[in-house]
Amino acid sequence: MSEAIHHAHHSGAHDDHHHGPEKGFKRWLFTTNHKDIGTLYLVFSLIMLFVAGFMALLIRIELFEPGKVLLSPETFNQMTTMHGLIMVFGVIMPALAGFANWLIPMMIGAPDMALPRLNNWSFWLLPFAFSMLLSTLFMSGPSPDFGWTFYAPLSTTYGPQSTDFFIFSIHMMGASSILASLNIVVTIFNMRAPGMHFMKMPLFVWAWLSTGFLLLAVMPVLAGCVTMMLMDRHFHTSFFNAAGGGDPVLFQHVFWFFGHPEVYILILPGFGIISEVIPAFSRKKLFGYAAMVYATAGIAIVGFVVWMHHMFTTGAPYFAQLYFMYATMLVAVPTGIKVFNWLATIFKGSITFETPMLFALGFLVMFTIGGLSGVMLSLVPADYQYRGSYFVVAHFHYVLVTGSLFTIFAGVYYWLPKWTGRMYSETLGQFHFWLSVIGMNLTFFPMHFLGLAGMPRRIPDYAIQFTDFNQIATIGAFIFAIGQLFFLYVVIQACRHKGKRVVEDKVWEGAHGLEWTLPTPVPYHTFETAPVVH
Amino acid sequence: MTTKKSHKRLTLILGCGVLFMFGFCYMLIPLYELVCKKEGINGKGASSAAVIQSGMTVDHSRVIKVDFSTSLHANLKFKFIPLERHITIHPGETKLIYFYAENQTGHEITAQAVPSITPSDAAKYLKKTQCFCFTQQYFFKKEKADMPVYFFIDPSVPKEIKEITLSYTLFDASAFPKKQARVTQGRIDL
Repeated sequence: MSEAIHHAHHSGAHDDHHHGPEKGFKRWLFTTNHKDIGTLYLVFSLIMLFVAGFMALLIRIELFEPGKVLLSPETFNQMTTMHGLIMVFGVIMPALAGFANWLIPMMIGAPDMALPRLNNWSFWLLPFAFSMLLSTLFMSGPSPDFGWTFYAPLSTTYGPQSTDFFIFSIHMMGASSILASLNIVVTIFNMRAPGMHFMKMPLFVWAWLSTGFLLLAVMPVLAGCVTMMLMDRHFHTSFFNAAGGGDPVLFQHVFWFFGHPEVYILILPGFGIISEVIPAFSRKKLFGYAAMVYATAGIAIVGFVVWMHHMFTTGAPYFAQLYFMYATMLVAVPTGIKVFNWLATIFKGSITFETPMLFALGFLVMFTIGGLSGVMLSLVPADYQYRGSYFVVAHFHYVLVTGSLFTIFAGVYYWLPKWTGRMYSETLGQFHFWLSVIGMNLTFFPMHFLGLAGMPRRIPDYAIQFTDFNQIATIGAFIFAIGQLFFLYVVIQACRHKGKRVVEDKVWEGAHGLEWTLPTPVPYHTFETAPVVH
Repeated sequence: MTTKKSHKRLTLILGCGVLFMFGFCYMLIPLYELVCKKEGINGKGASSAAVIQSGMTVDHSRVIKVDFSTSLHANLKFKFIPLERHITIHPGETKLIYFYAENQTGHEITAQAVPSITPSDAAKYLKKTQCFCFTQQYFFKKEKADMPVYFFIDPSVPKEIKEITLSYTLFDASAFPKKQARVTQGRIDL
């Protein structure tokens, strides 16, 4: 979709109602500018990455040796719960929403998001939601300790008092996500520049359109689910309590009806980012654009009908296991289409290995490892062995760390020079990449074998024969963590306008799309006159 | 601007979609009950009365072993055991068996037994005409009783099913509203 762009006047030349941002904290509190809100999302997500990453390190320290090392079992459970919740809802989702805010208007030639004030609100719900969630760590009772999936009756009958704080923070995060995705979908439908047809939209925009619909469809289900929990806890209903005629297995159905589309929410925008980065550094058009669009939509749709593969061992009947096994394996088809299209894009391209491309290639290899262990998990007979073991932990970290998180890194390195006008240090970027790859694989690759050998997840202790691999994993986790400090430094430098200045509109010679027609660094207001896309 | 108006329209439509999905979340519950009952899975079929079809014949050519097991939820102080651990039964034949329950909690209590049948593919063929699990059971302090289950196995049960386990978990339901007056139908108070 390399469209010739007719861009009458570069904004900033003669501005009549141009004004810069307000000064001080008011700028950030009251802003309705999509770029400011995108920045807020990304900064919030970066802070949360270090908070939840710190918890992950505590978990890994506890697992350095059998027996108690640092944390009591109760604290360990709270750490795994908080780590999961924050990484999913506080890191990956806000980071991807940040990209959406920054990029979608610039990519489709719109001056801003469709509903700017709503946009402000949808961000500012998040800090409050997470303050509430994190505040439970400082309360006298235990903080939520039932895993990020908060299965009933662990979270209802046996949940600590702080569960109510958890429930309301989920409500707020849910509201935030619903509003953000509402805004994104309306923007994509209504604000496209003349000539920007659906089949000309960059894949990142397509990915977010699919994700937006997924969020709108399943976030209300999550809200309903936690509301039922609240009612079970305080209003004598028994949705999930067998004593009163309810059913705890029903909780898992409701949760995973939300939860499975949720995992695609976490990865689809990442696919979009990769579909921008790989063509740029291969200096080729994306191979199979239409197939990519249909694959994205296909993954989103199939995502609604596979939830029971999370529940194979709950006594699901034979026909349900069969159906969900095949439906799950079906997901590998559109995902495979994407992976092969990226490979075909790279094929015979003139490739350079700048940091964004490194992260994209790392994603391509290691996300596929996670995808293949996903196919293994989808097989019912095999699933009975893997279920509840470290194999599952290895699987979902491969798709979430080297999947979602690596795509976010790739995106940051790719667009940060455009946003700030400063080129990051390539050396530091490469350090970040290699430390991340080595650390990540040291941490999570041994977990496959630990799981196959029978080490259960969510347990703060383990049998002595698992010690070696756990120690490797802990060392890997620290290497990974050190790598992230390079990232922090790179981002701070760029935001403080330090480093090599970039002046070209097209920061990367192979980059395509409307955002690269804007001046660098991107002015506060862009596309006040819609560009015409041919 | 004409776009302003269409923003409102689309936002409204999507907002309605969100509300619908919130409602749909609650609709999942009756839907789940319905599917479970229709398919006889997850013990849902086993907690309501079945009717013996006229013309049902006993299939003397086959026997199926039925195991009974019981468990108590949480720390419920009860003695709760089947009087027979297992029986053999012909498909189509009706049997009456008793479960013994003794209230050792030291106060009166409302209990609810929740059935479960394994393998799950056999669940829809084990049918009950009467069961203590259909209703809440009230126990006075120290009360003991034998509680009945009348059941049969549908003759259409697949050939490969040779053994079925019927298990009950007894829950303390005192915190939940009483669903009916004290029922002791078929119960033998000891």
